[in-house]
Amino acid sequence: METQIMSCESDDLNLKATELRLGLPGTDPALEKQSSNKRALSEIDSCSDAKNGEQDRRAPPAKGQVVGWPPVRSYRKNCLQQKKSEADGSGMYVKVSMDGAPYLRKIDLKVYQSYLDLLKALQNMFKCTIGVYTEREGYNGSDYAPTYEDKEGDWMLVGDVPWEMFVTSCKRLRIMKGSEAKGLGCL
Amino acid sequence: MNYFPEEVLEHVFDFLKSHRDRNAVSLVCKSWYRVERFSRERVFIGNCYAINPDRLIERFPRLRSLTLKGKPHFADFNLVPHDWGGFVYPWIDAMAKRGVNLEELRLKRMVVSDEGLELLSRSFVNFKSLILVSCEGFTTDGLAAIASNCRFLRELDLQENEVEDHRGQWLSCFPDSCTSLVSLNFACLKGEVNLAALERLMARSCNLRSLKLNHAVPLDTLQKILAQAPQLVDLGTGSFVSDPDSETFRRLRTAIQKCASIKSLSGFLEVAPCCLPAIYPICLNLTTLNLSYAQGIHGSELIKLIRHCGKLQRLWILDCIGDKGLGVVASTCKELQELRVFPSDLHGDGHAAVTEEGLVAISAGCPKLHSLLYFCQQMTNAALITVAKNCPNFTRFRLCIINPTIPDPVTMQPLDEGFGAIVQSCKGLRRLSLSGLLTDQVFLYIGMYAEQLEMLSVAFAGDSDKGMLCVLNGCKKLKKLEIMDSPFGNLALLTDVGKYETMRSLWMSSCEVTLGGCKTLAKKMPRLNVEIINEGDQMEATPDDDRQKVEKMYLYRSLVGARRDAPDFVWTL
Repeated sequence: METQIMSCESDDLNLKATELRLGLPGTDPALEKQSSNKRALSEIDSCSDAKNGEQDRRAPPAKGQVVGWPPVRSYRKNCLQQKKSEADGSGMYVKVSMDGAPYLRKIDLKVYQSYLDLLKALQNMFKCTIGVYTEREGYNGSDYAPTYEDKEGDWMLVGDVPWEMFVTSCKRLRIMKGSEAKGLGCL
Repeated sequence: MNYFPEEVLEHVFDFLKSHRDRNAVSLVCKSWYRVERFSRERVFIGNCYAINPDRLIERFPRLRSLTLKGKPHFADFNLVPHDWGGFVYPWIDAMAKRGVNLEELRLKRMVVSDEGLELLSRSFVNFKSLILVSCEGFTTDGLAAIASNCRFLRELDLQENEVEDHRGQWLSCFPDSCTSLVSLNFACLKGEVNLAALERLMARSCNLRSLKLNHAVPLDTLQKILAQAPQLVDLGTGSFVSDPDSETFRRLRTAIQKCASIKSLSGFLEVAPCCLPAIYPICLNLTTLNLSYAQGIHGSELIKLIRHCGKLQRLWILDCIGDKGLGVVASTCKELQELRVFPSDLHGDGHAAVTEEGLVAISAGCPKLHSLLYFCQQMTNAALITVAKNCPNFTRFRLCIINPTIPDPVTMQPLDEGFGAIVQSCKGLRRLSLSGLLTDQVFLYIGMYAEQLEMLSVAFAGDSDKGMLCVLNGCKKLKKLEIMDSPFGNLALLTDVGKYETMRSLWMSSCEVTLGGCKTLAKKMPRLNVEIINEGDQMEATPDDDRQKVEKMYLYRSLVGARRDAPDFVWTL
C-alpha cells in the first residue's frame, strides 16, 4: 500500500494530493475509468464479488451511501435525518474546541447541509483556515485540522465518512493545530 | 372549413381542457393553429429549456397560467449540482415586460429567487395562484413580498421546497384587506410563524378550503383555526401534541367534529399518538391521507387509524406500517387507487420495512389500484406476477427495492419475469421504475409490451446495449428515459438518434457512454441540447480525450438551441 502511494506521487505532478473531489471515500476515479460503472465502497466490493461472479461489474452499493440511491427526495431525506437526530439526541448541539482558544463553543450540526457548510462556519467562528480535505492527505498543508469524537470515543478526521453518518455519530469537535494534525493526515 | 367562423372554433376549443388536446388541434391547419393560440390561457412547459419566454409569449398572448418544470427528475436525488440551472427569473421578467396578465404560476424543480418573487408580486395585478414544488433559492422574504403585494391571492402552495427561513413576519404581511385565500400550504417551512397573525388571517379567510401548517403550529392554534373554519376540505396539521385530558384537546375534538367537509388529511409532523382518536370522526370521509411525514405514528396506532378510513382513494404512508398493516389497508380501503409507501429508515436495517407480502395483499384487496410507489426490502417474481394478475389497471408502477441489485430471494433469479408480467398485463402503463437484479431480458419485455410507456427509470440494471436499444426501439410513446449505473454505452446511444427528438429528455449517469459518443450525437442532431455535467473538473484536463466516460449526460430537444445560463461545469456539446 505504502509503495503504491509513493510511486503515484513521484510520477505525476502530485495534483491528486490537493484535489478536492466529490467522490465517495475509498473510490478512485482513475481506477473507475478503466473498470465499469462501479460506484461502491471498497469493503462492499469484496463481499459482493464472492456472491456474484459475473455480476461484479455492478457491485451492490452500501445502502443509503451511493449518491442518487435510494431514490428519495432530498427534502424527505433531510426530514428523516432531522427526526432521527432529534430522537437520538446525539449529533445535534456539539461542543467545539480549538487548540489555543480560551473557551469552547457550541454548534448545532442540524443547521448544516454538508462538510463545506460546516467548515465554512467553523472557519468563520474561530477565524482560522482549515483548508481543503483530501482522502489521502487529510487537511495536510493547512494550519488547522478538524477532528471529532465519535460515539465509540475515537477521535476521527472530519470528512472521511458520508455527511449524514458524520452528523449522527459526532459527539464533539476539536480543531487541532496543524502540527499535531499532521500525524492524523498521513495515515 | 373555410366558412367556419373563428368564433365558433374558439368556443369549441374552450371545451378542450387538456394540453394534449389543444396541442393536437393546433396541428390540424393554419387557421386552427391561429384560433387555438389566441385562445389558449393555460400553458404547460415540461422542460423550461425547450423554449424561451419570448417565443412563448409571442405564440400565446392571452397567457394566464404557466406551468414550468426545470431540473431533470434525478435532481431530486442529489445527482444534479445546485447551480445547474432552471431559473424562473427570466420568465417572470419577460412576462412582466410584455404585459402578460399572469394569474397562475406553477413551478417544479426550479430555482426561484426572492427578487423573482418580488417582481412577480408587483408585476401582475390579477395574480392569484403560486404553486412551488421541489424548488429552492428563495427565503421567507420572498414570501413576504407575495403576501404583501398580491391583492387577490387565492393560492399559495409550497410543497417540499428548500426555503431559507428568516424567521420573519411573512404571515403578518398579508394585509387586513386580504380575504381571498382559498389555499395555503406552508408545511415545508422550518421556522417559527407568528401564531397570532396566522389566527387573524385564518379568521378573515372565509373562502379557505385547503390549509397545511408547518411543525411550528401547535395544537392549540390548530384548534382555534378549525373552530373558525369548519368548511375546510383539505387539512395538514403541524404539531399534533397535547394532553388528552386538557381543555385544549377537548375543544379540538369539538372543532373537528364540526369539520364535516374534510376529505384530505396530512401532516402530523410531530404527533402524540394518544391524541389521534380526535381525528377518527373525520376518517370516515377521507379520500386522501398522507402520513408519510408522520414518523411519530407507529405500526399499531397507524393500523388503528386506517381501520376508520373505509373510503380512502389515495394513501401515502411510511413502511413502518409493515406487511400486516398493509393487509389491514387491503381489507379496509376497497376504493384505493393510489398507494405510496416510503422508507422510514434509509440505511436499511430491515426491521421496520415491508416486503412482497404487503404488496400482494394490497393487490388482492384493492382492485382499483392504478398508481404505486413502493419502497421495500425485497421482492419476488411470483409476487409481481400475482400483482400483475390482480391489478391490470396500473398506469404508474414504481418499485424501489432498497438494495437495488438483489435477486428474487426465493429463487435467486433476476426480477425480469416479474416486471415482464407487469408490463404485459398493464396495458395502460405510462410510468415505470425498476429495481432489483435485472438483465437485458426485462428490457426486451418492456420494448415488446409497454406500448403506452412514457417514462422509464432505470438503475443498476441490464447487461449490454441491447437492453437500452429494446426500449428505444419498442416504446413508441416514450417521453422521458432516465438511467443510472447501467452498462449502456455509445452503441445504444447512437443507433437511433432521431428517437430523441420524439422524446422530452434522456438522462444517463454512471453508464458507459463516452465523450466521443456524446459529441457524435450532438453533431448529428442540432436540435438536441446534449449537456455533460462535469463535476470535480474530471474532464477539464483532457477535453479532447473522446474515450473518457461521461459521468453525467442530460440531453433534451429544444427549439431555441443551447442555453446561455449554463454554469462552467455544464458543457453543451
